[in-house]
Amino acid sequence: MSAAPPPVLEVRGVTKAYGDREVLRGIDLEVGEHRAVALIGASGSGKSTLLRCIDLLETIDDGDVFLDGQVITDPSCAAVGVRRRLGLVFQAFNLFPHLTVLQNVVLAPMRSHGVGRAEAEAAARELLARFGLQGREGDYPDRLSGGQQQRVAIVRALATHPRALLLDEVTSALDPELVGEVLALVRGLKEQGMTMVIATHEMAFAREVADEVCFLHEGRVLERGDPGRIFSAPERPETQQFLRRVLEAGRL
Amino acid sequence: MPKIPRSILAVALTAIAAVSLAACGDDDDAASSTSQTTATACQKADLALVTPGTLTVATDSPAFPPYVIDDDPTSGKGFESAVAYAVAEELGFTAEEVKWIRVPFNSTFAPGPKKFDFDLNQVSINAERQAGADFSSPYYTTPQGVLVAGDSEFADATTVTELKDAQIGVQVGTTSLDAVNAVIAPGKQVRVFNDSNDVVRALKNGQVDAIVTDLPTTLYLRDAVVEGSTLVGQFEAPGGDDWGAVLEKDSALTACVSGAIDSLRDSGELAAITEEWIGAEAPVLALE
Amino acid sequence: MAAVSSVVVLGGLALLIVSSPGWEDVQRTFFSWEVFRDSFPDVLRGFWLDVKLFLVVEAVVLVLALGVALVRSSRAPALFPMRLLATVFTDVMRGVPVILVVYLIGFGVPALGIAPDWLVEDPIILGGIGLALCYTAYVAEVYRAGLDSVHPSQRAAALAVGLSETQAMRHVIVPQAVRRVVPPLLNDFISLQKDVALVAILGPQEAFRVAQISAASDFNFTPFLAAAMLYLAVTVPLARIVDRQQAKARRRQGHVVPA
Repeated sequence: MSAAPPPVLEVRGVTKAYGDREVLRGIDLEVGEHRAVALIGASGSGKSTLLRCIDLLETIDDGDVFLDGQVITDPSCAAVGVRRRLGLVFQAFNLFPHLTVLQNVVLAPMRSHGVGRAEAEAAARELLARFGLQGREGDYPDRLSGGQQQRVAIVRALATHPRALLLDEVTSALDPELVGEVLALVRGLKEQGMTMVIATHEMAFAREVADEVCFLHEGRVLERGDPGRIFSAPERPETQQFLRRVLEAGRL
Repeated sequence: MPKIPRSILAVALTAIAAVSLAACGDDDDAASSTSQTTATACQKADLALVTPGTLTVATDSPAFPPYVIDDDPTSGKGFESAVAYAVAEELGFTAEEVKWIRVPFNSTFAPGPKKFDFDLNQVSINAERQAGADFSSPYYTTPQGVLVAGDSEFADATTVTELKDAQIGVQVGTTSLDAVNAVIAPGKQVRVFNDSNDVVRALKNGQVDAIVTDLPTTLYLRDAVVEGSTLVGQFEAPGGDDWGAVLEKDSALTACVSGAIDSLRDSGELAAITEEWIGAEAPVLALE
Repeated sequence: MAAVSSVVVLGGLALLIVSSPGWEDVQRTFFSWEVFRDSFPDVLRGFWLDVKLFLVVEAVVLVLALGVALVRSSRAPALFPMRLLATVFTDVMRGVPVILVVYLIGFGVPALGIAPDWLVEDPIILGGIGLALCYTAYVAEVYRAGLDSVHPSQRAAALAVGLSETQAMRHVIVPQAVRRVVPPLLNDFISLQKDVALVAILGPQEAFRVAQISAASDFNFTPFLAAAMLYLAVTVPLARIVDRQQAKARRRQGHVVPA
């Protein structure tokens, strides 16, 4: 029996409500190995919440999330173990301001993965250098530009060798001239075969990098498919309207 | 009510009063010199008394042992009762010619005319009180008393040396701290408390082994406050309170009473009375 | 200009005091050099006791208070009874005068008759416990404010990289919280440094008590001045450290990252 390997991430019928407000109303999603799935949709459509639910930062009300075929949303499942296998990068970077760049990166490998200091620091220096951050190891985050901070945040997420990387609008908090350096980095990751879920407002970027695009609207995936098809010939009127607005805002 | 030792404020006030009083004439010297020169004038017949032919002596109601036994000053039993009759005898009165009246402690030295010839009521001589009343030569200088819990290992001490290892407690602002340091020189630093309640509390709690207060206070604490406690003994130390007989301000009788007390002291009779009534309660601790 | 006006104001005040009719008397009873010189060594010995007690209590408080603050800030439902206990503890200890707590512990615990002899016989430890209880409550609230001031996104980030809740607290939240509350913590230190004198009510001859004894024996209050100067010698430098820390915190906030 040679069953195909399960997708790295699978989301089935996930719902989530904050009180009366339903944020996710039955989401299905599949992310295969080395694939990048882009989540697009208006603010409040549920993109960020979905990513936080996958990383178990929020508890879901119904449905299941699987990581490498194992259900991870079961209450008996240790959240810490799951999060160690996933990387999440936030819109606002969320670097630890009291730690240097290097300390930000080595904290999780050392504390959570039991890597020795010397080994963790060597690996961190190498990663930082690869993403153009050599020489900034000893700096505190507030000495860095927004783009540099977000690159450090991505390096921090990569330092634990995650099975998949969840990117939550990683360029939305950046000045326009700093967006490029971060997108270039993500592009590089895709080329190296990183499995990713990318919530983004950068449509051109989504079109270029993603293998699949999902359009979220009011907590549902209304439309999904090949980026070329979604962006050039969206079927649903909501998708059309969203893309038209984005176009008007000059983001495509 | 017996007198609870004063706060330091009172002591400080007293001191300030003493300083100002000293500035306007040396009262003590004046009093004692008068007693010398007028001793011959103290004939029974010449005395200005409240009731002629009768010596009217006052004390508080009720009066407590060991100063007055069974609240009956006429018995001659008890320290102050015995002193009163000894003074009366010195002045030429028979026991029958002594009449007792009762006056509350605070009115004894309040300014104004008195209904008594003199009053014996453990009144400490101080400048403040001297402003409103006359005081005789002291008939008693309070020593320090040592009180311990009944089951204390120090209960049987007969010398101050045996108290060296005790944790001793005193009240701040009293002379007891200096007395303890000078006479007992304990190995453990003396604990100093805010008031007598705290000192007593500490003794009851076992936080100190012994407390040292002036002897009259020690007696009071033993009899009325700390149940089952033992008065180990007394020791002399500088700074004790002087008790004097209280008389009306500028009374002609003051010098006579002082003279009587002085001669009782000189003859050793005063010491014998003290030993009989107070020494029985609190043996003198040997300085060994 | 500031220097000139300071000199004028302070000099004027000094002149006013020195030329007052009671000055000579005040000088004799409060500012006697001879009395100061004679009483200073004893007061200093007493003060050393204060300093030692302060250091030990402070160390205990810093640890205990963090524990109380963490319990109060915890979300785990299983910790509800602990949380309730911590809340009641801080409410009560903050609401009662320190002297009362020192008194109750100092005389009340021995009175229970169940405390071991070494505790009953040591007023420094008893007093220290009373002080530690009160200041644990104060400092716990300071810590809690610090913990609350750390944005929830920091916790999320710490969990996201794979740290446990405990590790997130220890390596991410607490270090940031503590840094932020250093100035108010130092304020509480200063206040504790003065309040250690309260153990005097339990009998030990610390600086204030020694001064009081000395003053009572010769009715000169200069020994209190000696004690006051010793307290100032510790609290004034502490106050300057507070100022500097606060200035530093303000400077840092000037270019803080949007969290």
